[in-house]
Amino acid sequence: MLTSDRIAELVRAQYPNAVIETGESGGMPALRVKADEIVGICALIKESLEMNMDYLMSQTAVDRPEEFEVVYHLYSVSAKHYAVLKVSVDKSTPSLPSVYSVWKAADWQECEIYDMFGIVFEGHPDLRRILTDDDFEGFPLRKDYGIVSECEEKSEQE
Amino acid sequence: MGLVERLPEGGVITTRLDTVLNWARVSSLWYMLFGLACCAIELMATGAARYDFDRFGMMFRASPRQSDLMIVAGTVTYKMGKRIKRLYDQMAEPKYVIAMGSCATCGGPFYDSYAVVKGVDEIIPVDVYIPGCPPRPEALLQGCLKLHEKIRKESVADKKEVAEKC
Repeated sequence: MLTSDRIAELVRAQYPNAVIETGESGGMPALRVKADEIVGICALIKESLEMNMDYLMSQTAVDRPEEFEVVYHLYSVSAKHYAVLKVSVDKSTPSLPSVYSVWKAADWQECEIYDMFGIVFEGHPDLRRILTDDDFEGFPLRKDYGIVSECEEKSEQE
Repeated sequence: MGLVERLPEGGVITTRLDTVLNWARVSSLWYMLFGLACCAIELMATGAARYDFDRFGMMFRASPRQSDLMIVAGTVTYKMGKRIKRLYDQMAEPKYVIAMGSCATCGGPFYDSYAVVKGVDEIIPVDVYIPGCPPRPEALLQGCLKLHEKIRKESVADKKEVAEKC
């Protein structure tokens, strides 16, 4: 069983200051790491024989009060174990290196995160809106997007 | 319509041009193979053996150029709206549109969404609206029969209104 401490140990061997926090997320070992090292850490986690995380199950983002958080859910098809990586992204300049070079699966996932949260992935081959219309304005999954419900307004007036 | 004479090679019928044209249009109302969401499942059920669109000469065509009817079966997003408009423009006249279900009629449960068009009639002109979420195949058949009635009343002399909005 791969623990978060073991992953942190393996990552720290190459990136001594990159791991901020270890813990558990949804029953899976979780690591919070520094954003500027994310590509190197992902490549290490994928290539390492012990971890061998060859499958990016999902990549998504969370709008926290202070920051955006990008979450990577990883799985190893050969070793059958999971891991979660979390990265904090600054809200004023939301930008993060793309992990497309590590997992091709990140292509559309990062497009969706860009579409919904406006986080720019540097080094992504074709970063553009994927679900909403091309001339759509705003990023709808941000908490400050501000959907006004016409139905609720009408029922309040009555 | 009246039978004038029985001839050896076949009879002669006198009728109005409108009647013949409308009879032909009603009897072969081919719809576009095209579905957007869960309503498309009911559309497929209506086309399949149990409900059998074929009884009315209705069959799907996989090209807008060969289609007479567009059944908008499902939620129309703004992104899809442009594609629907293009498909509608590619259809040859005479062409008809059925808005199937709450979503295509008015946005339905997604009325307040940032991405959903509040009714496909904001993009293309609609002939028949079918309520329901999704409408049962019987409701879709009823809608198609209503459209048949509408087509039977048409005349070649009429000018078809073409909405230019999108």
